[in-house]
Amino acid sequence: MTTTQDSPQVRSVPKPVFTDAEAGAKVFPDSLARQFNYYTPQKRKQSHYEDVTVEVQPDPRHYLSQGWLYGFADGRGGYPLDWTVLKAWGSDRPEPERGPGTGGKGYDWPATGWHEFRDPNEEWEMTLYRYNSNVVRQVTQNVEAAKQSKAFEQWNRNWVRFIEQHVGAWMHVDHGLGLYLFANANRRAPTNMHNNAISVNSMHRIRAAQDLALYNLTLSEELDGFDGTAHLETWKSDSAWQGVRDLAERLTAIDDWCEAIFAANVVFEPLVGELFRSHLVQQAAPGNGDFVTPTLVGAAEYDFAERDLRYTKAMFELLTADKEFADHNKAILQDWLSDWTTRAIEAARTLQPLWSQPDSKPPRFEDGLDRAKSRFSGIVIGLGLEEPKELAQ
Amino acid sequence: MSRQSVAKAHQKIQELSWEPKYHEPVSQYGTDYTFQKAQKKDPLKQVLRSYFPMQEEKDHRVYGASDGAIRGNMFRQVQERWLEWQKLFLSIIPLPEISAARAMPLLFRTVPNPELHNGQAIQMIDEVRHSTIQQNLKRLYMNNYIDPAGFNSSLRNFQNDYCGTIGRQFAEGFITGDAITAASIYLTIVAETAFTNTLFVAMPAEAAANGDYLLPTVFHSVQSDESRHISNGYATLLMALADEGNHQLLARDLRYAWWNNHRVVDAAIGTFIEYGTKDRRKDRESYAEMWRRWIYDDYYRSYLVPLEKYGLEIPHDLIEEAWNQIWNKGYVHEVAQFFATGWLANYWRIDPMTDKDFEWFEFKYPGWYDKYGKWWENYNRLSRPNGHKPIVFEDVDYEYPHRCWTCMVPCLVREDMVMAKVDGQWRTYCHEMCKWTDETAFRPTYQGRQTPNMGQLIGHREWETLYHGWNWADVVSDMGFVRDDGKTMVAQPHLDLNPDKMWTLDHLRKCPPLQSPNVLLNEMTDDERTAFAARYVRGGPAGRAPVDA
Repeated sequence: MTTTQDSPQVRSVPKPVFTDAEAGAKVFPDSLARQFNYYTPQKRKQSHYEDVTVEVQPDPRHYLSQGWLYGFADGRGGYPLDWTVLKAWGSDRPEPERGPGTGGKGYDWPATGWHEFRDPNEEWEMTLYRYNSNVVRQVTQNVEAAKQSKAFEQWNRNWVRFIEQHVGAWMHVDHGLGLYLFANANRRAPTNMHNNAISVNSMHRIRAAQDLALYNLTLSEELDGFDGTAHLETWKSDSAWQGVRDLAERLTAIDDWCEAIFAANVVFEPLVGELFRSHLVQQAAPGNGDFVTPTLVGAAEYDFAERDLRYTKAMFELLTADKEFADHNKAILQDWLSDWTTRAIEAARTLQPLWSQPDSKPPRFEDGLDRAKSRFSGIVIGLGLEEPKELAQ
Repeated sequence: MSRQSVAKAHQKIQELSWEPKYHEPVSQYGTDYTFQKAQKKDPLKQVLRSYFPMQEEKDHRVYGASDGAIRGNMFRQVQERWLEWQKLFLSIIPLPEISAARAMPLLFRTVPNPELHNGQAIQMIDEVRHSTIQQNLKRLYMNNYIDPAGFNSSLRNFQNDYCGTIGRQFAEGFITGDAITAASIYLTIVAETAFTNTLFVAMPAEAAANGDYLLPTVFHSVQSDESRHISNGYATLLMALADEGNHQLLARDLRYAWWNNHRVVDAAIGTFIEYGTKDRRKDRESYAEMWRRWIYDDYYRSYLVPLEKYGLEIPHDLIEEAWNQIWNKGYVHEVAQFFATGWLANYWRIDPMTDKDFEWFEFKYPGWYDKYGKWWENYNRLSRPNGHKPIVFEDVDYEYPHRCWTCMVPCLVREDMVMAKVDGQWRTYCHEMCKWTDETAFRPTYQGRQTPNMGQLIGHREWETLYHGWNWADVVSDMGFVRDDGKTMVAQPHLDLNPDKMWTLDHLRKCPPLQSPNVLLNEMTDDERTAFAARYVRGGPAGRAPVDA
């Protein structure tokens, strides 16, 4: 069918209408009330991060007047506080009794100390995508530049083996913890602030795992003789890695979400993760002609040291300084420290043979471990806890 | 990403998973489904190296549009009728989104396929994206729209208001109970695959027609992620279908999930689209027409029916019954009328319908005026305080309904109301299917089979119970739906912001106390209750009393 100029086609479209519905057009009650009024900010002003995060996950202790509506088979719904044995002030108060004629009010906001946690990284979707995009772009560019300058050809044979086996093995740690510890824990905590921070942590680990896997793929394509599957056998059966593997699997088996985050970020990462990344790979690579691997491993190190540890400290500092349960929490955290420090030191020591494998040796294992221990002690003491005696192993 | 193809890269990252040797990951969620380990492929084929920049680019577009909307004074052209309903919608939707993120771990141990876990982890962070980007949109509305009331108290409101609570079940259904029922069938197979079409595609189109192009900007960006999530659900469904022992549970869950989504989503989105718009072009699609296209054709006929050959028992009868409810029984109109009847318990303003609206409704839904026209004329007449009470207390031939225990939308299609004594309490249900959900589906046995992991319906599911016997002024104060002068209500049954035309707590103080239908029902003798039910089902449409009453 054709149209002519005499019969112009008239399209059906909604017509713009001037409504003058913009802020300030009229004065009336609430016309200037342009702040979320259901929470108290951590600082003087409500932050953008708080506005998009606080109170999205409800709590029957304050506003959730009809309570949770769906439960598990045992009749419990939502986010039970006893999914961790740690407590924040108000945790022991019973949920408000509601029924015929009670009204809907609960305790005044925030009702418990859990709601006082704020992620110091202020992560929400805008920040997490910008940060991680920057990382993957930089990593990609670094690897690309190395390819173009034939940088991998400078590596000696032992270093090639080291990268394919041992740097490759670490991808399994990142992936396992990212999925089965951190992503899993994002269902467990009692506030949106906790769960969002934990889910961002999860993506850091999964991204770091994939960074190593794709780096491994590039090396398989660029370096004759590079065995891109060697990391599988190393992770599976190399005795030097079985301590780390045992520990990584044990971490994913933790039921208590606070214990999982604490064991992973306060104990495992400083004593094993940083030991491997900063005191082995980063130190050994330059001497072996490798300026590329440290940029990948350094990105993961920055994730942990500057972001994941930061929120973790803020989360546990609140609990060790809690106005009602500080002693309760410290006692439990101290026990966890003992248990997990023992396991982490054992795992770290099983890695020791790796230090002798590169041609150009990194600083001694014991020196690296001492530095890791020193850093770990600082974190622990900063949280108001005592250095565990098991650290002396 | 570099020259490595996505497929090659995706294949490489499959090397990341490993079989536990020393300790199994913690198992915290149960299911009555059984799965065989299978090499089901991750349908997303998403690698983070390309995923993050892709999402960042989508963000740039969203935030660029947000800046443009403010600089271009979009709010000078936004219809208040439309944006007022967003106070309800945007108070609810960030919770279902974040709950979808929280739901993903329910599948890690129950679906033994590490390749799918990669897709689930990406869905998790997608959902964090959706929740916070929607909160951000609401924040922008609060800052730039003429009336911030209701936006500024949003996340308190939806937790204690009966409309918010109806929507909240949509979120809680994802994260509790049997892991597969919740996180796979209810969330991905039904909510995301079927109903995000009306939520995130049909509704934004209506927003644009009402001068708001930010809602489409944000929600189409969200919907571009949903298509990937649909693939997650499909892969899990195919794994479940591979075991015949699951077919009975799949049939149960599809019936529950379909019906509940219909009751909740069609109630809300149908109301927003039909009663929140000023666009009354005759050739614009009605909600019923959209539903027919997006849900009946695209979901039911194109997605569900082809699965029948794999052994999936499709609830054909319920698909047709949902359509029957929308087309023949006026479900959306009954809901909109109820929301407007109960305007005083809400936190947004509801614009009266005009002659132009009447004409459109009559054109799209022949017979509409005879059922609902008179009531909406009364609503308009009673919208400004003028010595009378809010419409719910006035004689407009509307009987306040009982609430459905399961979906928590009231029993509005009166003839469908059914009643049962369950767990020692008399309960009303809006339809036989909602009764089935409570009495039969959410139980530890199903058709003689043990279902120990099935969830429970819990909570104070009738909102009115909490305020039984209260003065309405105290109810509204208790919920916090009061403006900053301490007396003017957030909710209004009109759009006039002249303080002299706005309802206050003083007006409510003179009203009769709130009565809980369920409390009253349980106080009745058996004979009274039988008579009540017999009378109730003869009522309607449009909430009318039985003609011989």
